[in-house]
Amino acid sequence: MEHFLEQVLNGLQLGLMYALIALGYTMVYGVVQLINFAHGDVFMVGAFLGYFGFAVWGLPLPVAILTAMVTCALLGVIIERVAYRPLRYAPKIAALISAIGVSLFLEYFSSLKFVFGPNYRVVPRPFPEVHWEIAGLSVTNIQVIVFVVVLLMLILLQLLIYRTKTGMAMRTVAVDHNAARLMGVNVDTTISITFAIGSAFAALGGVLYAIAYPQIHPFMGIMPGLKAFTAAVLGGIGIIPGAVLGALIMGQIETLTSAYISSQLRDAIAFAILILVLLFRPTGLLGRTETEKV
Amino acid sequence: MILEVKDLEVYYGSIRALQGISFYVQKGEIVTLIGANGAGKSTTLRTISGLLTPRRGEIFFQGQKITRMPAHQIVRMGISHVPEGRQIFPNLTVMENLLMGAYTRRNRSEIQESLEEVLNRFPRLRERAKQLAGTLSGGEQQMLAMGRGLMSKPTLLILDEPSMGLSPLLVEEIFEIIKSINQQGTTVLLVEQNAFMALQVAHRAYVLETGRIVLSGMSAEVQANPQIRSAYLGEVEA
Repeated sequence: MEHFLEQVLNGLQLGLMYALIALGYTMVYGVVQLINFAHGDVFMVGAFLGYFGFAVWGLPLPVAILTAMVTCALLGVIIERVAYRPLRYAPKIAALISAIGVSLFLEYFSSLKFVFGPNYRVVPRPFPEVHWEIAGLSVTNIQVIVFVVVLLMLILLQLLIYRTKTGMAMRTVAVDHNAARLMGVNVDTTISITFAIGSAFAALGGVLYAIAYPQIHPFMGIMPGLKAFTAAVLGGIGIIPGAVLGALIMGQIETLTSAYISSQLRDAIAFAILILVLLFRPTGLLGRTETEKV
Repeated sequence: MILEVKDLEVYYGSIRALQGISFYVQKGEIVTLIGANGAGKSTTLRTISGLLTPRRGEIFFQGQKITRMPAHQIVRMGISHVPEGRQIFPNLTVMENLLMGAYTRRNRSEIQESLEEVLNRFPRLRERAKQLAGTLSGGEQQMLAMGRGLMSKPTLLILDEPSMGLSPLLVEEIFEIIKSINQQGTTVLLVEQNAFMALQVAHRAYVLETGRIVLSGMSAEVQANPQIRSAYLGEVEA
């Protein structure tokens, strides 16, 4: 039983990190109906910047995290400006191909020797790992940090979206760009803000991931990116609580599969879920098919 | 002159939707554009509010050129466009929809004042303030769209097909509201398929046919024109 609960905790940690990435997919999809396939690579850049920050440049961890988040926010805005905006009202497939292009560019550009380099790097612990025994369960300080930080970010995001003017503008842009424009919303700016927030979250996810699973490389964003994408689809793409729910489910499924079935089956099962969701509930767990009212 | 449109030409790809139209709206007027489906009425409105870019021609609002200005800035100039099909935000509450109408405004107490005005004008919206706008009936949605349009305190209110899909009783009600909005000082540019009702409330009218203005004048004159009577008012020539 303890073993099971510890696995659930591990799954929660993984799921929360997926949630940080999945939010970016789902928010961006919400405002531009585009799957930003470069999102996982922004996560990777975030992990590297965090690593350089605290392990190479010697910045305090919070400063390193903030640097990664701000830089990636900027990166996200530039990606949208350069690769997606010119194609915004073109057929969807064009932007999708552009997204794949950006993804490959980030991976291979990062692999260059004068950038991050092609090798695996081991991330030193920014603080010693501590194990606590709570009610017979072993809990690490990293798990607690991940839990607190992600929860805090989710609350902030919720406040932003439902309590601020910017958030309201984002929700109107998600419905109809022109209707939002007629209210005086600058749609381009709103989309940029969405990319900035999504990318900053991915960067935070990247740094936390590098601390929890301390090995990074330029292609490390692909798998977590795809898993988070699956999570976003599972929850209902474009729906923010759906992304979190989907991510938590993905985290559990993956961890429990590794623990009780086989760790080799982990990824196969994760993607089998994507296929099943698309077949039987394409709008996701929290998605509804729109009923139109006349 | 509050609005002046000069030789406006708008293309959809290679199709010339507006073939050089000119008209004006004076302060305090209700002006209506009538015409059949595809005549270019909505295109004209969408170009004025900045959603479409004209290939040629100019638009002046209160003496200032607004041609090619982005839509979100045109709202700030004082033009509010209530689009065809209402385009309310179904995922926002009625209250949030109204507040979105005041997106360009900063002064909270003034926004609150406008909100009270709108809720008094449309009491149904007050009852449903906390409901998601997508759950409203068609008539309520139209009222919400108009209320939202008024929340920016526009100098010029543009209404595109406000009576579309509504029951005759509601149509009457909507047109009464348009009249009273106008009487309280808002200039109105109205596009309608329901030419009969539009000519009842408007001071002046322009008739559009395939992207051109073919007739204009005081509503009464336009209404009296035999061709208009047969083409748009459903009367058979005697």
